[in-house]
Amino acid sequence: MKMKKWFIALVVLAFVATAFAGCGSGNGGNGGDADGETIKIGANFELSGAVAKYGEDTMEGIKLAVEEVNAAGGIDGKKVELVTLDNTSDSAEAKAIATRLATQENVLAIIGPATTGATQATIPVTEENQIAVITASGTADNLTVKDDGTVNEYIFRICFYDSVQGKIGANFAADNMGAKKVVLISDNSNDYSMGIAKSFKETLAESWTDVEIVREENITAGDTDFSAVLTNIKAVDFDMIYAPVYDTEAALLIKQARDLGIDAPIMGADGFDSASAMGEVIGMENFNNVFFTGHFAAGDPMAVDFTALYQEKLNKEPNGFNALGYDLANYVMQACERAEELTKEGVHAALLDGSTFSGVTGTFTLDEFHNPIKSVVVNEYVQGVPTFKARVEP
Amino acid sequence: MEKLIQQLINGISIGSIYALIALGYTMVYGIIKLINFAHGEILMIGAYVGLICVTTFKLPLIAAMLIAMVVCAILGMLIERVAYKPLRNAPRIALLITAIGVSFLLQYIMLYRFSATPMVYPASITGSFGSIQIGNIIIPVIRIVVTVVTIILMILVQIIIKKTKLGKGMRAVSSDRDAAQLMGVSVDRSISFTFLLGSALAAVAGVMYGVMFNVSPMMGSSSGIKAFTAAVFGGIGNIPGAILGGFLLGIIETMVSAYISSSIKDAAAFAILIIILLVRPSGLLGKNVREKV
Repeated sequence: MKMKKWFIALVVLAFVATAFAGCGSGNGGNGGDADGETIKIGANFELSGAVAKYGEDTMEGIKLAVEEVNAAGGIDGKKVELVTLDNTSDSAEAKAIATRLATQENVLAIIGPATTGATQATIPVTEENQIAVITASGTADNLTVKDDGTVNEYIFRICFYDSVQGKIGANFAADNMGAKKVVLISDNSNDYSMGIAKSFKETLAESWTDVEIVREENITAGDTDFSAVLTNIKAVDFDMIYAPVYDTEAALLIKQARDLGIDAPIMGADGFDSASAMGEVIGMENFNNVFFTGHFAAGDPMAVDFTALYQEKLNKEPNGFNALGYDLANYVMQACERAEELTKEGVHAALLDGSTFSGVTGTFTLDEFHNPIKSVVVNEYVQGVPTFKARVEP
Repeated sequence: MEKLIQQLINGISIGSIYALIALGYTMVYGIIKLINFAHGEILMIGAYVGLICVTTFKLPLIAAMLIAMVVCAILGMLIERVAYKPLRNAPRIALLITAIGVSFLLQYIMLYRFSATPMVYPASITGSFGSIQIGNIIIPVIRIVVTVVTIILMILVQIIIKKTKLGKGMRAVSSDRDAAQLMGVSVDRSISFTFLLGSALAAVAGVMYGVMFNVSPMMGSSSGIKAFTAAVFGGIGNIPGAILGGFLLGIIETMVSAYISSSIKDAAAFAILIIILLVRPSGLLGKNVREKV
């Protein structure tokens, strides 16, 4: 009986919420045109809350790119104006802000949010207002695809999606490292790890039939003692470990492997992109022969100019989010430039025109699911410092 | 063979941590028939106290461990005084719920203060242990240290319980509280001492766990539930049983992940527990004593 009451209350609440959401978008029909003097782009980012660091870092890169374009005269003589709003790292707030940007601020396109969850929350808004949302760092595989396998028409991204990293990992292991016998360790409590492990295996089976997975082991997020798994691995003959897990587990895994005398190279995905936290666990001088796929490396020849510019303007070394933000802003501004008319429909059409973009995180065109086909950076930890190793094609 | 020996060492070292924590559960249960769910949190706080001592105050690890033992011993006694003593004659379920409440309280205070991100003992300490090699077997020295420290502490606890006046008081209260009181044993002091002893052991386990792995506000709940299982496994209330249970659970867990699959190690360990309890409801070493009505 009690359950039933709760259920009814929930249903009522859901109705009220939908009704209000409907109201909010009622006045949205007219928006989208540039007001003649400036080109307005909405920025919907995590500037406070749990993942504020992602949003702030991305915004830093975006602002730099916009400054540059405006200093060079803007687009078709019009200055670019950013309308930046803080979604407080909250998905519901991200949705509300997307609505506000589309209906009240009349922006041409929305960039951000930084995380998959918040970006997903904006999908209904994009469809209702026919406005493009482009994220720089939402990497979940299904972000741009609906449950029925069709594309989310107004959602775009300029970063690789998670399981691409499995493919890159396989290519790097086989091609650059010359590995023949690989041990695969994945975290069976999270989709990220399982997805990457799956595409790693598939790529080896398809393209590198001479490379064998000699042992597969599972760990679970929250585990701290990996000695049993590592002792098993030690007993088999292998030349490389591929372990797409998050940094907390990765750090303990690497430390315990080295303690047990396993010196083989260990490779992971962007979960390893956490130099200081992992270095604390492993110890800088022991933190070697570890590789990971990432979005950006400061030492990448493609990014030399950008790194220098960052040093000059902001007096620091750019990180991956800075670089993605810089590319994101440039990508959208170039779409505005290509657009036949400066409306949100025009910009959306320009995003779909198949042009090639060349940025500091890579050169790419979008595929049919709005995912960029681009090369990925592989970094190597040398005494705890991530160092550019190679660019690998998917 | 080498692999088997290496896995045994892995199992014994993690098992000795379980055994240390299990002692606290079993002693408290023995004396006031309470499953002290806050015990895992004492371990967690011990790990944080040790960490702060070595990072902020730059103390050596031994000193950090001693300070953690003192802090946790006081905390353990305090929790008993404030949260359990007023309920000593209340229904046992009220006491159990209070224990769960204390557990969550400590967990979330630490979560608020230190966030969920795991912290680690500095690599200068954790790396200083190194590994030794015997033939093809490489043993991280920290694992040997943990096992040896545990065994020494267990012998100490046995001596305290068997030989000292306080220990005898504990045993007397445990077997019959009213009779013990009539014979002039201070029940309050015996119970306080039990909490002191158990909490100090948990602090040692916490610091050693932290040095081996990492420190997070949730560490107490996972290792606590394992240790509680170990205590039941060996026969709750029985001290040698808790030690045996701890080592066995560590070894079973390691062997399952070594020879079957690491993803089912917990499931398998608990399945074995269920089977053993079906066959021997009072645990491996527990005596089948009928409850007084």
